[in-house]
Amino acid sequence: MSDLEVQAGLAAQSRQSGPSRRLGVAETAAGVLALFLLVSAVVPQLLAPGDPLAIDPLSAFQPPNLAHGFGTDESGRDIYSRVVHGTQYSLVIGAVATAIGLGLGILLGTLAGMLGRVVDFTVNRFLEVLFAFPGLLLALLFIVIFGPGVVTATIAVGLSTAPGYARIIRAQLITVRSQAFVEAATVLGRTRWQILLRHILPNTLAPLFVLATLGVGQAIVWAATLSYLGLGAEPPTSEWGAMLSAGRTYITSAWWMSFFPGLFIVLTAVTATVLGRSIDRRMRHA
Amino acid sequence: MAEPVAAAGHPGPGPDLPDQGTVSALARRPAALGIFARVFPRLAARLAGAVFVLWMVATITFFAVRLIPGDPAQAVLGGPGSQASPEALAAVSAQYGFDQPVIVQYFAQLGRLATGDLGRSYALNMDVGPLVLSQLGGTLLLAVLALALAWLLALALATWSTRGGKVAARVGSSLEIVAAALPHFWLATSLIVVFSIGLGVLPPISTGDVAGLVLPVLTLAVPLAGFLGQIMRESLLVALESPFVLSARARGESERGVRWVHALRHASLPAISLSGWAFGSLISGAVVVETIFARPGLGRTLLNAVTLRDVPVVIGVVMIVAVAYISMTLLTDAASRLVDPRLRLT
Repeated sequence: MSDLEVQAGLAAQSRQSGPSRRLGVAETAAGVLALFLLVSAVVPQLLAPGDPLAIDPLSAFQPPNLAHGFGTDESGRDIYSRVVHGTQYSLVIGAVATAIGLGLGILLGTLAGMLGRVVDFTVNRFLEVLFAFPGLLLALLFIVIFGPGVVTATIAVGLSTAPGYARIIRAQLITVRSQAFVEAATVLGRTRWQILLRHILPNTLAPLFVLATLGVGQAIVWAATLSYLGLGAEPPTSEWGAMLSAGRTYITSAWWMSFFPGLFIVLTAVTATVLGRSIDRRMRHA
Repeated sequence: MAEPVAAAGHPGPGPDLPDQGTVSALARRPAALGIFARVFPRLAARLAGAVFVLWMVATITFFAVRLIPGDPAQAVLGGPGSQASPEALAAVSAQYGFDQPVIVQYFAQLGRLATGDLGRSYALNMDVGPLVLSQLGGTLLLAVLALALAWLLALALATWSTRGGKVAARVGSSLEIVAAALPHFWLATSLIVVFSIGLGVLPPISTGDVAGLVLPVLTLAVPLAGFLGQIMRESLLVALESPFVLSARARGESERGVRWVHALRHASLPAISLSGWAFGSLISGAVVVETIFARPGLGRTLLNAVTLRDVPVVIGVVMIVAVAYISMTLLTDAASRLVDPRLRLT
């Protein structure tokens, strides 16, 4: 069992209880937040015209005020600008890690789901072994080997999410494979490849979109955790985990240095969860 | 633990599921020997599977750490920066067996692991086995307390929000989603800011007394309660509409009896089967929590070893965690069977 499988299971169960097609309060809020995050990632200057790295020692350690909504850090840098500009790091890291996890997951899951019992059995045992490195353990092992840093941390997060994706995709493939239209294609004499590409994959892609949305949130939290532990992005980069890590030193006097970057991580994670579930529900009822 | 939560979450009583009658028939089944004969092959298969997984974990870690660039003897003697003489390097290589062929080293490693010898730390100049064992207790205490608290919180939230109408359900589910999204490091920092720095009631450093345990346990429990609560609430709702609840009500049982005895037992199943996963995520959370609260434990030991590239300690912690995780999975499987008599029929 992986975090992702739990997330996906929760999305599936909320799907059954929520037949409403109207946009709820939570979904609207999540949509607005997602838009805000996307704009911060693509054109941060639009939302925070200030320079996230501009040092101003005279205004160091200011608590949140009118000039600096989120306060300033030890060098007088504006936390709000840093948080907004940091969105791109977190989103890109989250997206790349998810792409790696999903890519490997698709590969392993397809192998297991399509190539018969022996491969299925082998891949399943392999996944079971990987699950014995729970949570961040696989990522930490990877970092021991290849050293800390943003790139290794991103790959590490991607790798440690891959087994979860693989198992969900395998289950999905097996469900789709036993449907009538696949049987029909087999009877019509299509080759295995044609069936896989034409019939099975398109029908597993939609759920993958949900998985990826849920997964990005989780990947962002994990990558930020690694940065916080000093194994990923490093200060003064405005990556949220690294900002929290820098704020740790001043926790007794400047709570805002830790609070706001963390708040954005939470908001991003909640947004991903709510959006993922909403997409899931809509697709099932469509 | 093989089935996805969706399936585990809804053992909804379909027409083909055994009803109360079959269950009591099962309870009446007399032969203890029969039960043993049924349980033993299953147990043996499970144990064999567990041993296989452990062997593979050992194999993967052994070959993975060989990918680390550089001479391992150099790592023993203080890393790439140290000015170790060729004689010293050769001596260390001979002592640790680095000069042997890989396959010999691999089997030597397996042999040592099988006898419980986890080797010697590069950085700490002590044996890994005793080191890891001395750190295990603190982390287990943390994990068990957090798991228990998470269960309590989740139960409370689930029973409250299924009883209190639509608003309560909304509030409950929003709380759970937010709680589940809280990263440990931020929650810990926020709790320290509020309770240690602001109110000054709880220590920010977990030194070993009971007060020091409160914040670390809360940090680990709250996000987990978010996950468990969502699962429990949903399966409680399903259970409350099931025929067995109807028949319990028809027998004249009180609402409290129906909820706490029948429905909750049903609702706790998916959460029990999740506890293996929960345990894993707690261990991973312990890395963060023990670091922030300066608490001795496996997580902090692991992080230090990762930072120092102290390979034997990393392997030692990974092996211990794998053993703990696999035992936990076996335990949750057994607990599910204990709570759900239907599973014992298979």
